[in-house]
Amino acid sequence: MATQTPANPITETTLRLRRRGRMLQFLHEWITTVDHKKIGIMYILYALVFLLIAGLEAILMRIQLAVPNNTFVSPQVFNRLFTMHGTTMVFFVGMPILFGFGNYLVPLMIGARDMAFPRLNAFSFWISAFGGLLLYFSYFGGSGLYGAGSAPDVGWWAYAPLTARVFSPGHSTDYWTLSIFLSGIGSIGTALNLVATTLCMRCPGMKLSRMPLLVWLYLVTGVLVFLAVSPLTAAQIMLCIDRYLGGHFFDTQAGGSAVLWMHFFWIFGHPEVYVLVLPAFAFANEIVPVFSRKAIFGYPAMVSATVGIGFISLTVWAHHMFTVGLGAGANAFFTFSTMLIAIFTGIKIFNWVATLWGGNIHFTTAMKFTIAFLFQFPAAGLTGIMLSVSPFDWQLSHSYFVVAHFHYVLVGAILFMIFAAFYFWYPKMTGRMLNDTLGSWHFWLFVIGFHLTFDFMHIPGMLGMPRRIYTYEADRGWAIWNMIVSSGAVFQAVAVLLFAWNLVRSYFKGDPAGPDPWDAWTLEWSTSSPPPSYNFAVIPTVESRRPLWDLKHPEDPDSQYE
Amino acid sequence: MTTAVPVPHQPVEEWHQPSRGIVGMACLITAESAIFVIFVTAYLYYLGKSLTGPAPHDVLDAPIFATVCLLSSSITVHFSVHELRAVRIARSAWWLAATVLLGSIFIGFTAFEWYDLINHHGLTISTNLFGTTFYSLVGLHASHVLVGLILLSLALIFSIAGKVTEHHAERLEVLSLYWHFVDAVWVVVFTVVYIIGR
Repeated sequence: MATQTPANPITETTLRLRRRGRMLQFLHEWITTVDHKKIGIMYILYALVFLLIAGLEAILMRIQLAVPNNTFVSPQVFNRLFTMHGTTMVFFVGMPILFGFGNYLVPLMIGARDMAFPRLNAFSFWISAFGGLLLYFSYFGGSGLYGAGSAPDVGWWAYAPLTARVFSPGHSTDYWTLSIFLSGIGSIGTALNLVATTLCMRCPGMKLSRMPLLVWLYLVTGVLVFLAVSPLTAAQIMLCIDRYLGGHFFDTQAGGSAVLWMHFFWIFGHPEVYVLVLPAFAFANEIVPVFSRKAIFGYPAMVSATVGIGFISLTVWAHHMFTVGLGAGANAFFTFSTMLIAIFTGIKIFNWVATLWGGNIHFTTAMKFTIAFLFQFPAAGLTGIMLSVSPFDWQLSHSYFVVAHFHYVLVGAILFMIFAAFYFWYPKMTGRMLNDTLGSWHFWLFVIGFHLTFDFMHIPGMLGMPRRIYTYEADRGWAIWNMIVSSGAVFQAVAVLLFAWNLVRSYFKGDPAGPDPWDAWTLEWSTSSPPPSYNFAVIPTVESRRPLWDLKHPEDPDSQYE
Repeated sequence: MTTAVPVPHQPVEEWHQPSRGIVGMACLITAESAIFVIFVTAYLYYLGKSLTGPAPHDVLDAPIFATVCLLSSSITVHFSVHELRAVRIARSAWWLAATVLLGSIFIGFTAFEWYDLINHHGLTISTNLFGTTFYSLVGLHASHVLVGLILLSLALIFSIAGKVTEHHAERLEVLSLYWHFVDAVWVVVFTVVYIIGR
């Protein structure tokens, strides 16, 4: 049907309105959708936008810190930058992107047509999205001591009593509180969906012991969200009561305790990082076997270790508070529990290595990121163990050593696995392959940048550089290290921009992907790419942990070995 | 592309999984319990630490009657579900009405108690640590009671309008689980505030 310039203005109007009608219809479909796949994609795209914004905030900080006595940004702006960078990355990048993948994959992997509560799913997404917009609206509506338009500047942990009305006037802190409160409601809703879907909607034959490990890890993550995000919700309510109803929860003048906020925040804050890392492990559990051409080693141990990690992560929170003066008994307990969790995490690392061992390794882009993860995550864990020793932590708490440690986990483990997940599941979600050459450039540039920044960041920490300072003297000996750290940021920025370009370009020009480009074994690879809205025409029945292996190798099914 | 359907070698026996509504409500209860644990912790931590103002034993009277009403409402809602399962819709509606009535009595007593505390004892949320933690904890619970009452009233209205059948029994059971949770929280709050705290 030709759509060249028609001579008739009436026809022209009709065609224009038809195009606009299609556009509106497209928007309407996505805004009102309750399809877990569309909601998952919206979560992921939303998170990518915030990844770029929070990444920009990091770059601004690194420019400021690259040389001593710099005046690129003022101290007030610097405070807002690190607050917004941390808050955005945790709540509006990490959580949404991981929930997005969970939303997309869990129903497909268990042979279901959608999540247990599709409308709750949509609600959870939109309320989380609103939370993010509210946080960034603070740049315009924040008002306060520094004049109109300021974002929160109290650090992403918002310690009391800095957040009291008297010390943080205006509304910038309130934007922080409310945006996280809403995001928390969204998280609890999504977690509820994940747990209910996993326990109630598995296809026939899929006993819990036959679920893909990704589904197990998201189940534990969901339960952890209930137990971890709820304390933060409670603390936010208490903070609002303090700020607006004259309450005294954290009001030291009235006998309240600032340490209580710390306890409540870190009872959330530590399990939160496990909420972020367990999905990263989940991706590794799916990607490592497929590209080693071997089933995962030690499935029962992996499940047990995950449940163990979930439990223990609720008992380690005060390792963020070793310098508060909780006493020798408390410090010893939390040192012990923090070290204990390393054993369970170690079990998972050993099992991944054992899966690789004797396998036929395919170095696809996803696998490259995963192998980097397998090196970087134990390294991050080791610096964590160092910090868990409370006297050692007394020297390094609140220094760049801690910043280096947690970025090693957040970027080196979690973000690397998120990239791997993109390369692995993008073909399923879009029906196109991501470009491998761009993928390699992305990988190598990012690895170089990551190590330049975060390996060397440990050194200024050990030399005494505190975190959250906006500049430093030239005679401290920190300048050269900060310059190297900042230079790494350039590589990472270029790599991420290449990645974003790859995502967009491959959507239109990528090689078509079939249903199963990686010759994998779980149920999502049995549908078309992208799957139809109903996922499966016929709900499958499974007999083993690798239903597609059974299908492809009927002479040697897994069921005889399980 | 044909959708692959792995063919089982043996037929799968009866495939049963838990009900979505019940699991979902159990998850919500877990999350809400965690929120309440934090408020209870704050209450217990701040006991005896107020610098000024009324203390619990000065101003609190254990609301025994209101508690009995609320706990009985758990029994009435249980019977409501039971009757609905047995397809005795009218009786189910009466038990539901009893639940709403008992819950409303509880809220009424809370309202009177707070009126008295604010106007005759000068205890507000900003008075001291006791005031802050008391009103937050009891208020959080009361807000959950209110939400429950709204939902129960809706169920009652639908019952009276003849829209409820025995097929809705599981949904009513999910709602009753929420109500049992609210009552269980009250047992804890009552113990902490009116027994341990005084």
